[in-house]
Order: sequence, then structure tokens, then C-alpha cells
Amino acid sequence: MGKTNRKYSYPDSGGHFGDFGGRYVSETLMPALIELQKAYEEASADETFRDEIDYYLKQYVGRPTPLYYARAMTESLGGAKIYLKREDLAHTGAHKINNTIGQGVLCERMGKQRIIAETGAGQHGVATATVAALLNKECVIYMGEEDTKRQELNVFRMKLLGAEVRPVVSGTKTLKDAMNEAMRDWVTNVRNTFYIIGSVAGPHPYPMMVRDFQSVIGRETMEQVLSAEGKLPDTLVACVGGGSNAMGLFFPFVGGVGVRKIGVEAAGHGLESGLHSATITAGSVGVLHGSKTYLLQDADGQVQGAHSVAAGLDYPGVGPEHSYFQDAGEVEYVSVTDEEAISAFSFLSEVEGIIPALETAHAVAHVRKIASSMSPEQVIVICLSGRGDKDIHTASSFM
Amino acid sequence: MGRIEEKFRELHEQNKAALICYVTAGDPDIDFTEQVIYRMEASGVDMVEIGIPFSDPMADGPVIQAASERALANSTSLSDVLSLVRRIRSRLDIPVILFGYYNPFFSYGTERFARDAREAGADGVLVVDLPPEEAGELSVHVEREGLDRIFLLAPTSTEERIEMVSENASGFIYVVSVTGVTGARPDMDYDIEDLVGRIKRRSELPVGVGFGVSSARQATAIASFSDAVIVGSALVRIIEGGGKEKQEVLGKISSFTEELSAACQR
Repeated sequence: MGKTNRKYSYPDSGGHFGDFGGRYVSETLMPALIELQKAYEEASADETFRDEIDYYLKQYVGRPTPLYYARAMTESLGGAKIYLKREDLAHTGAHKINNTIGQGVLCERMGKQRIIAETGAGQHGVATATVAALLNKECVIYMGEEDTKRQELNVFRMKLLGAEVRPVVSGTKTLKDAMNEAMRDWVTNVRNTFYIIGSVAGPHPYPMMVRDFQSVIGRETMEQVLSAEGKLPDTLVACVGGGSNAMGLFFPFVGGVGVRKIGVEAAGHGLESGLHSATITAGSVGVLHGSKTYLLQDADGQVQGAHSVAAGLDYPGVGPEHSYFQDAGEVEYVSVTDEEAISAFSFLSEVEGIIPALETAHAVAHVRKIASSMSPEQVIVICLSGRGDKDIHTASSFM
Repeated sequence: MGRIEEKFRELHEQNKAALICYVTAGDPDIDFTEQVIYRMEASGVDMVEIGIPFSDPMADGPVIQAASERALANSTSLSDVLSLVRRIRSRLDIPVILFGYYNPFFSYGTERFARDAREAGADGVLVVDLPPEEAGELSVHVEREGLDRIFLLAPTSTEERIEMVSENASGFIYVVSVTGVTGARPDMDYDIEDLVGRIKRRSELPVGVGFGVSSARQATAIASFSDAVIVGSALVRIIEGGGKEKQEVLGKISSFTEELSAACQR
């Protein structure tokens, strides 16, 4: 695919993207996932549901977010024309709110009173706590103990928003374990609880649902680039941990529109060091958190801890649709190191006056490598997925 | 007839529910697991469930999570568990069920796993995060090798799902007694009797109840309406508390399982 215009129709009714995805969960959750899928399908067909989400996205989140022509960055790199899709300007400072608004409105529609979520960097936790406050729901956020330390600011924000933050001390004490713990809570409280998964990961229907809610990024981008440049962009670049901002940007450009799409994973200390989060670039196929996808795992099928300076990329799995895109050749996946990301973090701050999240800085770092080899007529769009205030502490320890 | 079916028939004649006991392989090491299994059989346990440790045991409570971590600390793998089964099979009469999460099986290779499990002498396979919808690939091989495919049903399961599991399962159906993770609980939801009844109306297979069973009193109650009582975390907790006193732990396991076995007599 990629050259044809065939209609892309994944996932199938069981949530499979080719060989990937599915619902690998214990029986207790199967009825809940089926109920959620039905509720989502019904809601999607209902105009009032879409109108309500659009209303919040416009009036509460501040969409559409700008597509900013980064003149200074473009001139500094000397090549392709670079635009930044400013998700950092969305309410709460990252793209995560697009999804939590969608799932929050769905939760309200399903009459559930309690919301839970996992979080890594804390951006999804903050976006969930925000929506829970907005909709007056009880809210519990699971966060790896390690992450609560490196993202103190976001822990405080979640508490201020009325959420309870539960530090997770099992396993690697990061995002993967926070997700295990959230699943255990959901299994236990499934009758009254809505689990808002923050990435295009997890069992069906989550990867599809989160993709749909985040696709607003790509739809706006398409319209904005067409209006600014009179053509589609040549290259889209976004960071990939679980992969929700990348999926949101890429999805409307999938299926033969001739736009190159590059997902940037975290190479941490370098792929050869073994300390990285480059799931697609360096992993193998397995099953984690309810779906079949690329994973970091050992020879016995035990999931390995990931590493990245960016807590939001520190995840040994990736959304199953990205795994499909990798095998289908729809998207290219590359990786950049902690060091390159930190350097890009400083670069964008100095050159454009925009402090990106460390996650986002991975996408910026890759564009620094490719922009000069492209011509000034070509257009790159970077998904500036979040702002970097939360990372000042981490970044300062490297400078 | 497989060992599992045979065991249920034998117990049915004795008017007794089967006592199925769980142990995490490699907790704290594989040799000790072997000793635990022999003790269990000697104390009247009717089938043993051997847990394959996994890095991300999403359906387990803190007790079995910790057991998994202890087992992984000495790198216990699915291969080690199959070697253990091969070793114990000649001395052991009771059925052996392999219990785990899908990724280690998938990583080992489903066809190779089914063949090796049958050769080692295992009798059934239960993969917690593999509902019938996703079980196809493993089930095909497991069935071809003549092993039983054990599936879970839960208090949240609909009639439709009871039907689907009944069509796909063999050996017995495992009923999760609570909406929650594994772990001993002082009190249980006795609406579970109603669920067992609904399953029995749709399936000829024996039905076992587990998750949360921690006392002889609970075992007696469950034995009155189900074909098997399944105990896990309460036993793992004895192992966890044992430290270096292995003989003492084995003694406690013997006395607890003897008590549970007596409670399964109707």
C-alpha cells in the first residue's frame, strides 16, 4: 500500500490491524470491552456526541491549534520549510486532552461515575484529571513511583485538579507498571469505572478510539497546510512512545496520498546499549497490555524495562496500528538518543522561543538531521505534541 | 480419556469436589516447586496448576505478583517449567495444568509449546489473557496434542460468552469467583453459585471455582455447588512467609492442603 488509493479499513471487528492488535485480556474484562466498543460505535454515529466533543475542543481546549511556520528553525537548518503543529498550546499543554475529552464525553454517556488512568510523564494524567474535574467524576491516576519523582510538577497539578495519584511500586515502577495497575483496578471496579487509556495502545477498542479522537491533529494540519502552501506536506514527523500524537497526525494522511511519515522512537543511551525505548526499531512481536504488537522482550518472552530521558516515551510496547504501519511500509520508524533529544530541546527553545516537551524534542532532533537534505520547496510538519515546562528539572541536570 | 476427565469421574463417584492447587514455578527456586508439588499430591490435592512467571501479571494481586518477581529473579522460564513437568511426571499421578500469560507461550512458539508440553506430560493449558476470540492459534496445537484447553468465565460474563467458552473449552471451565484480581479474600460473593448453575445449563464440562479461596470453610461452601475448588494465593502466601525454613513451609502446605481436601468431601 502507500501508492494506491485503496480504502483503509482497519481494525477489523475483533480489533485486529493485520496480525496486530486484538483483545488479549482476562475474561472479566471482555464483556466490558465489548460494551465499550458498542457504546463507542453508537456514539460515533450520533451527531450530538460529535457536536459535544467539537464544542469542548473549541471552547475548552482552544482548538484548532495553530500551524506555525518556524522561520528561524527553517533558516537555521537550511533546507525544507518547517511547520510546527502547536499541540503544546492546547489546554493542559499537550495533545493528550484531545483524547481525554472524547473518552470523558463517552464515559458521561455510559453513565460511569469513576475514571481511572495510567500516566508516564503525567501529561495524560493531567489531561484525565482535568476532564474528570470538568465532568465532576471521581478520578484515580496510576503513575510509576519513578515517574512521580521525575515529574513532580504534574503530580501536583493532578492533585490540584482533585485526582488521587497512586504511585506504583511494582516491576520497573514506570508507565508499563502503571498500566498493569490501572488494568487491575479496572478488573476490580469494572461495573462503575471508565478506564481512559492515554495512548493508541491496549486492547480493542482503545487503539481505534484513541486514534479517532487524536486524528483531529492531522485533519487540522491537512487543512492548514493546504491553505498556507496550496499543497499537502512532503513529510510528517512525530515522536512515538505508545504513539498517540504520531497516530493523530499521520492517520488522515494514510493510504496513498504520497506523504512521507516518520515516527521517532527514543534510542535512550543508544540502541546497542540496551537502554532504550525503540520498540519498533529494535523490538520483536509479542503480546502486552491486551494487544499483539512490537515489544522489548527477552528470549523467554519476559517484557523488558524501557529507558528514555522522556518519561512519556519510556514504554516497552507501542500501539498495534504502528506495528502494522511498520510492516506495511506505511510509516518509517527511526530513533534518536537522549543526548540528541536534549540538544534539540535547547535548540528549539533558543531558536524559536518554544520549549518543547522532551518527548517532542525527539521529533525535533530527527528533523535537524533531515531538513538540510531537502529542498526549500518541500514542507515538513512536526507534531509539537507538548510543552516542556514539566521537563525543566530533568533537562537542567543534563546541561 | 485424559487424566483431567478421569480424575473428575473418579471424584464424582466419591462425591467429592476436586481440590486444585496453584504454585508459581521457581518461587523461590524450581527444586522447591518440585517438593511443593509432591507434598500437595501426598496431602490429597487432586490436580496441580503450575504458574509460569511473567513480568506483567495483569490479572494477579500482590501475592502472586511477588511470587512471579521471585521466580523471575532466578530467570525461571517456560522451558524450565516444561523440564520440571518432565521430571515429576513419572512420580506424579495427578493431572498437571500449565497456567500463565500468553507472551511467554507465544515467544516459545505455540506449535513447539504444545508438542513439548504433551511430551513432558502436561494435561491442560490455561492462558489468563487469552479469551476464545484470540485463542485460535494456540488452541489448534493444544487440541492436536490432546491437551485440555481450559478457559475462564467471570461474574461479568454474559450468556453469549458462556456459550462461546463452553464450545471452546475442554477438561473443565474455570470460574473466577470475583470481579477482581487473584488474591485470598475473607469473604466471597456467593452469587457465584448462580453463575455456576447458568454454566452447567449450557455445558457438560465440570466447573471449578477459584480466585479468593483461602479457607476450608470457603472450600466447603464452594464444593457444595461446583466440581472443583481452586486455591492459589493462600498457598503462595505460605511459601512467601517461609524464608529459609523450607521443611517448615512444606509442613504448613501439607496441613493446609489436607484441611482443604477434607473440606472438598461433600
